[in-house]
Order: sequence, then structure tokens, then C-alpha cells
Amino acid sequence: MSDINAVTSAAGPSTQPQMEPKHAGRGKKDKPRSLAADAWADLRRNKIFWVSSILVLIILAMALFPTLFTSADPRDCVLSRQHAGASGSALFGYDFQGCDVYAKTIYGARNSIEVGVVATLLSGVIGLIFGLSTGYFGGWVDAVLSRFIDIILGVPFLLGAIVLAKRFAQDPESNGVLAVTVTLGILGWTTAARIMRSSVITAKNQDYVAAARMLGAGPGRLMLKHILPNSIAPFIVVLTILLGTNIASEATLSFLGVGLKGDAISWGISIAEAGANARTAPEPLVWPSVFLAVTVLAFIMLGDAVRDAFDPKLR
Amino acid sequence: MFRYIVRRLLQMVLTFFGATFLVFALTFANQDDPIQALAGERPITENLRQTLMERYHLDEPFLVQYWYYMKGLLTGDFGTSLTGRKIIDMMETAWPITIKLGLMAIIIAATIAVTAGVISGIRRGSIFDNATLVVTLIILSLPIVVLAPLAQLVFGIQLKWFPPTATVNASLFDLLLPALVLGSLVIATELRVTRSAVAENLRSDYVRTARAKGLSRKRVIGVHVLRNSLIPVVTLIGVDIGGLMSGAIVTERIFNVPGVGFNLARGIGTEDGPLVVGFVSILVIIFLVVNLLVDLLYAALDPRIRYE
Repeated sequence: MSDINAVTSAAGPSTQPQMEPKHAGRGKKDKPRSLAADAWADLRRNKIFWVSSILVLIILAMALFPTLFTSADPRDCVLSRQHAGASGSALFGYDFQGCDVYAKTIYGARNSIEVGVVATLLSGVIGLIFGLSTGYFGGWVDAVLSRFIDIILGVPFLLGAIVLAKRFAQDPESNGVLAVTVTLGILGWTTAARIMRSSVITAKNQDYVAAARMLGAGPGRLMLKHILPNSIAPFIVVLTILLGTNIASEATLSFLGVGLKGDAISWGISIAEAGANARTAPEPLVWPSVFLAVTVLAFIMLGDAVRDAFDPKLR
Repeated sequence: MFRYIVRRLLQMVLTFFGATFLVFALTFANQDDPIQALAGERPITENLRQTLMERYHLDEPFLVQYWYYMKGLLTGDFGTSLTGRKIIDMMETAWPITIKLGLMAIIIAATIAVTAGVISGIRRGSIFDNATLVVTLIILSLPIVVLAPLAQLVFGIQLKWFPPTATVNASLFDLLLPALVLGSLVIATELRVTRSAVAENLRSDYVRTARAKGLSRKRVIGVHVLRNSLIPVVTLIGVDIGGLMSGAIVTERIFNVPGVGFNLARGIGTEDGPLVVGFVSILVIIFLVVNLLVDLLYAALDPRIRYE
């Protein structure tokens, strides 16, 4: 949340003239607020925002400090306790290999979050560069890059991800984290770039951009100081939602056997492994599924809430 | 209209070659010695290697190899999979069952989504409306790797309402549970779009006119509002085809439905390059054609939309 505010509060000075009449009409207190401050005021009253933020914080804590939640070692597997039921020492029982399901589920958060966050950042950087340059320069740059995006979108997402992840995962030694991250990062930027492009096109025709240009600002300054801060909000929102989908995609790829592998712990792998024995032991299937679903839900709800706050049309 | 179709077709050709080239290049470029892979552990004579290199055009530049592959693909020759079966034969058994599954998923999802969407659009803010919003949010965030195994566990294994797996000659009932799971991928967005379209159209002028004419509420909603609200939903179904294809890979694997997704998942597991590229190329064509059809259907549904 904090980075959204940090980025968009930079938009303060230039968005204020636009926002002022609106706030005067709303009868708010003395000073005009920026779009970010306005959105924050909206978010603070939103229960969904608080619920999802708390969930996200818990999941982040699980990813960063798994030992806070469990003292068991997820790799300490003893075949003799295969499918043993829940007990005081293992809350969710043991899986087919005799590993502690609770510990494995907790430790699974780290890879999911790591892959999700880094892949989203990667998509964000690519999408930002492409969206900003196509929107600002237009012309043939725009035409070529738009066709390129069309081609990428012409391959259904998971198909592309499978082929790409297989390509990157040639090294039998690696656990696949890097391969999956790069795959999702490379495939995920298209929507973000399109959103960025359209909001840049809207922003660059505004009066304040013309004014800055007349004052002698070059393309670099115009893009970074004037257009970027005013067009980034929808882009950030798309990225928040992309984070949720990336986490789900990581699990899907791992489930299909082209994602994380080796001794990596992933909810997707756990689900795939437990599926075959679900008839006799449903718990190793159910718990990773629940954690995965709640994580994705938390990020999508957060994205939803942030979008509602930043999209003036929905207010 | 004609010029629009021609332009779209040209774009489609470009996208098709771009996309298939990407898939082809990613699968086959810089792979380790494929001839040795074919022979397994056995040593291979220089003579045999030379012959095989020439037969499979491996001595030619990469672009030429792609050209040969495309020539085969466009004349219906998909080559043979690494297991020795002709890929076209595998497609003949796989496609009908996947099409059946996909159509069931689309129909189920659209029926439920439109019905529930219209009801919550009419009664905005009601308990039903709020309940559907919560349910769609939950469905939206359930990845198919979670939903499919859990549905199989609960409804197939524990409650025994549905058969947990399907076979080649699956009946409609056998495919019902996988179709429901697959349909849930798209149901949430379709429902939300229907809801907001209905809510918006209810406030429009033509609805007021229709009411003023004395038409019954049933007719106003069933004919006037519904037809206008279906336009965005129809587009969504086109966009969703890509999502359904992805979902089919996971769903078919979990429910053992021997369709396209099942074959693709197996091909990926066994590193069967020709099989993967063949199936993916066909999927890309279908994806592009469906999206074109949807765009044209869009104009047919709404006469105000004209393509130049």
C-alpha cells in the first residue's frame, strides 16, 4: 500500500487543479487533496481493504519468518508416519511421504510470494517502459509494439507459460524458481502495458503537459515528471491484481510439473502429489488448496479495493 | 464491413505466424542433439546420423525448418509424436471430447451467469445481489488447481454424486463435473458484466419508453433489456476461450478426460515436442478465429456498431 501512496502522491501538485472543483462541490474541509490522499480516505473506510490487508500481512509474515508459525522442519519426512492423522505436534497430519503438512504449507508461502512479487515487478518494469514509450511517441513505435503485444496475446496464457517455463528450466540442478519467475514476468506485462499506454495517451494531451512543453521541458522530463505520475494509478492497480494471478499461475505450473521442482516446497506441488491419494488422505490436498485460495483471494480483494478507490468513475 | 474483415484476416495471419513461430522456436531451437535423443543410449553411426539429419532437415537453417513445419501443418500433416503415433490421429480422438467439454462449460456458465446476473441487476442491493457478489469474488480467486481437485474430492469421491473420472466414450453426465469446474473459470466475470449491463440499461430511455407504452415488465426485461445487455457478455465468451483452453489442461488432467488438454499435459511431461507444437498451433488458430467471429457477432447483435 505504501508504495502506491508514495508514487501517486508525487502526482499531487499537478492533479490538484483538476480535483479542486470536485472537492469544493463535495463540501470537504479546507485544503484540496491529491488523488492519492482522496483514494486513501476512501480506502480507510473500506472493510474489504482492511480484511485483505491483514490477510496479506499474515501471508507476508509467513513467507518471511516461517519459524514464527511452526517449529517443525518441512523436509523432515519419515515414511513410517505416512498419512498419520492430525495431532498436537502436526496440526494437519502427515502426507504420503510422512512430511508434516502444516509445516510444508507454511513454508510453501515463501516460494509463492517470492515468485509472485518478483514476476510482477518484472512485468511492471517491462510494461512501464513499453506502455510509456508507445503511448508517448505513438507512430511506428506504437504500431510495431502493439502488433508484438497482439502476437503474445495470440497464445493462450498457460500454453505460452508451459512452453516458456520448459525452455528456461533446462538446468536439472535448479529448483525452477528463477525459470517460473522469468516466464510469468515475460508473459504478464501485456495488459499492464496496454493500460499504461492508454492512460499516457490521455495524460499527454492535457493542458499541463502542453504548458510544461512550452516552458521548454524535454521529452524525458515530460514523461517522467508530468505524464508518469498522472497516469500510473490504473497501472498500479493492474499490477496488484496481476500479483494474485501470478501466485495462482505459479501453483498451476508447479502442479503440471513445469514449475518449481526438486526439493522446492510449493503449494502447487503439494496439491499435485496429494491428488492421487485424496481418496484415503484428503488433508494433504485440502490445506495447501485452502492457503493458496486465501492468498489469491487476499491479493485480488486488495486490488479490487484499490481500484475502487482510484477510479473516480466508480465513486 | 468487408474491408474490416479483410484487414482483420491479414492481422490474424501475422499473429498466427508470429505466435506459432514463438512456440516452434521455444520448443525446438538450441535443443540438445535430437538424433541422439531418438536413438536413446545406443551409439549412432555417422552415416545414419547424416541420413537422419537430411531427412528431418536438421542441417538447414532454423527458419527453413519452420517453413517445412508450417508447410506440413497447413496441408494437414502434423508429423508423428515421439511415441510413434500420428498426431493427426491423436487429434481426431482428442478434439471431439474437448469440444463437448468446452461447449458444456460455456453453456452452463452462460446460463447461470445470465440468469443470476439479470436477477441481481434488477434487484441491486438485495440479499441475492450481495450474496452473488461475495460468491463471484470467491470463485474468481479460486485457481483451477484448487477447484478441480477439491470438486473431485468432495463431489466425486466423498459424496459420490458424480463419477470422479471420465473416459473416451464419456457421456454428458460423466463430463458434467469437469464442465462445471471449467465453467466456473468464466462464470464470475460473465455474471458481473451481465449485472452491471442490466443495471445500466434499466435506467435508459428506451426502457422508460417501453414501460410508458404499457408493455409488461416481463417483456421489457426479457426482450429489451436482455438483448442489449447480452452484447458485452458475448464478447466476454470470446475472450474467455483462451482461459478455457488453459483451464482444460488442468481439468482434463485431474478428471482423466482424454481430450486435448490431457494430451498436451502428457506431451509436456514426456517432452514430446512435435505433439506440443501441433496441438498448440491448432489452439492458436481456434483462439484467433473465435475472436474474429465474436467481433463480427458483436456487430450483428448491435446494429449501432459499424466496422469501417
